[in-house]
Amino acid sequence: MKKLLLTLILLISVTGIFAQAGSKLPEMVIKTLEGREVNTSAFENDGKPYVISFWATWCRPCLKELTAIDEIYEDWKNLGFKVIAVSTDDTRTRANVLPMVRGRGWEFEFYLDENGDFRRAMGVNLVPHTFIVNGKGEVVYQHTAFVDGMEWEMYDKLKALLENE
Amino acid sequence: MNKKTFLLFALAMLVQGIFVYGQGQGGLLQGARVWGNFQLDAQYYLPDSIIEAPDVDEKIRMNAFANLNFSWQGFTMGMRYESYQNALLGFDPGYRGNGIPYRFASYQQDNLEVTLGNFYEQFGNGMVFRSYVDHNLGVDNAMDGIRLVYRPVSGVTLKGLIGQQRLFFDKGPGIVRGFDAEMNLNQTFTSLAENPNQWMLGTSVVSKYQRDQNPLFNLPENVAAFAGRLNYLRGALNLSAEYGYKVNDPSADNNFIYKDGNALTMTGSWAAEGFGLLLAAKRIDNMGFRSDRAASSNNLQINFLPPTTRQHLYSLSGMYPYATQPRGEMGLLGELTFKLPRESFLGGANGATLTVNYSVANSIHKTALNDTTAIGQRGTKGYTSDFFRTGDTLYFQDFNAEYSRRFSRNLRGLISYAYITYNQGVIEGHIEKGMVYAHIVVADFTHRLPNRRSLRWELQHLATQQDKGNWAMALLEYSIAPQWSFSLSDQYNYGNDNKDLRVHYVTLGASYSKNANRFSLSYGRQREGIICVGGVCRQVPASNGFMLSVTSSF
Repeated sequence: MKKLLLTLILLISVTGIFAQAGSKLPEMVIKTLEGREVNTSAFENDGKPYVISFWATWCRPCLKELTAIDEIYEDWKNLGFKVIAVSTDDTRTRANVLPMVRGRGWEFEFYLDENGDFRRAMGVNLVPHTFIVNGKGEVVYQHTAFVDGMEWEMYDKLKALLENE
Repeated sequence: MNKKTFLLFALAMLVQGIFVYGQGQGGLLQGARVWGNFQLDAQYYLPDSIIEAPDVDEKIRMNAFANLNFSWQGFTMGMRYESYQNALLGFDPGYRGNGIPYRFASYQQDNLEVTLGNFYEQFGNGMVFRSYVDHNLGVDNAMDGIRLVYRPVSGVTLKGLIGQQRLFFDKGPGIVRGFDAEMNLNQTFTSLAENPNQWMLGTSVVSKYQRDQNPLFNLPENVAAFAGRLNYLRGALNLSAEYGYKVNDPSADNNFIYKDGNALTMTGSWAAEGFGLLLAAKRIDNMGFRSDRAASSNNLQINFLPPTTRQHLYSLSGMYPYATQPRGEMGLLGELTFKLPRESFLGGANGATLTVNYSVANSIHKTALNDTTAIGQRGTKGYTSDFFRTGDTLYFQDFNAEYSRRFSRNLRGLISYAYITYNQGVIEGHIEKGMVYAHIVVADFTHRLPNRRSLRWELQHLATQQDKGNWAMALLEYSIAPQWSFSLSDQYNYGNDNKDLRVHYVTLGASYSKNANRFSLSYGRQREGIICVGGVCRQVPASNGFMLSVTSSF
């Protein structure tokens, strides 16, 4: 019985690997840093590809990732790319988000996912977890963890998507 | 094939079928989505008497889980399978065996969302209600019951819920009921849409029911808690406050006193371009709230009282983390973040970021009810407390500063210093232990190498006369983006009073990640310590051996 259950999960997992690829974003309600409710299915970037990054103020690799993208963000913006940074901070650290992002001068589009609804709906387990969404609003790539140089990997992927469209 | 097997097989085929159709053009369930994730952590334990690693009979232990979800139009269902072949050291042994402790079905229609089964939810700051999961801490107080979320007009959210909380592979004895209303005034009233003053108001009521079977005391079977919150925003200024009140609730948390509880948190922040300031104050008095009076540890907590202290991110600066004292504490926090401009004295050619943080937590002032009753005496009203007076006991204090800068195109670094005062006796509950005073210095530098490779190193030092004395740590990590990372680290407890315990904790690790799959393998010693996420902590014993982690999302 247990073995079968595992097999079942495995089976579905195998088909599932492709499941999010090419699928649209789920409809979840999250908040802007100003406390306004926004539906995630309304995310878009004028028909150009963009990045959704799940992060937290207490997550060192997340801060490294956002800092690294920030350093080359002029290049991204020149091609019309953008970053939607979704904070998974809970009550403990949520108040840090606004002073931190403004204090560091980050220009990404920030949201708060306080109850983790959007995170769960995207299958995010650990942060940082980054998705690339194409111009049609379909999730085409995702990656967990961050090491230096990933920002250029993402840039290349975004550029390839732009050229294919 | 027996009946169960057949049913499972049929279910698998059905899900597969749905998936295939879902992705196809004009299929029966077009637009259907299947997603989830998987995590496995296993350790092979080696005996190591020097660091007092406990003997592990099984040699290998493993924690694993997988979430599997399906959605189509407004309908979503999901489940989580968990397996503990016995739980890793440091996790509660209540996690044992396999099961599906989490499953739900929900649908959304005309702004109403109905969830049946398990769910996670939080009201406001969680002061009177928060159910959440953190697998790395072994915390999961998922509700099992019914939840309704209704958004009648833009900016208004009403939530109602009822259910029991998860306790390992079982449920707690109490029933939890709650209601929350929140309104963003500027979103609801179109006349205020462009108003620079932005207001958000919220209120919650939560109550729990547990039968009284106590032969000694007449305990309240229904205990209610209330909270109100508000948030004000204007330009760079953001002010928020939440006050919570709980009716008397004698429990193991408060040594069975009949005193009402209350809590207040206030935060103010100023966030301008390149400058962020955060101030926070809080007071907690007898605010432990669980769906079982007898529960302890992280079990069956209904609310969440976050500590207002900085969460440190390095091994040695995180050695002495603070944990909220629900019986009573007063705390303050101040944090300043600013971007030092390019070409300024400390800014260098590329600019730098400086963060300065101070936090403190104290006991609250308590006065005995009368001459014959001790403070907090079981079966009494406990004590009285002056709201504005702090107590005599310092629980925690932390001053720290962090300077991070891009020194050149290929070199980025961070230097931090912290001075921590840690009341080990109170926070860890070992009365015989006293205060620990620790100075911690950390340097973390990353060199960018050609071909998307990088070399990162950390040097850390902790100096203290108390506890285990001084520690030094070094780490070296070589990464090949986006897939490979190799690391070698050593923590050396060279200042231990006991010469036999001046031990090196060497760890060698490698990780490989491709897209949303990640594998990591490490070998070495782990020191005894406390792992904390979001102010909730777990004690981890010392160990030696191989660690394997696999995480995957789909």
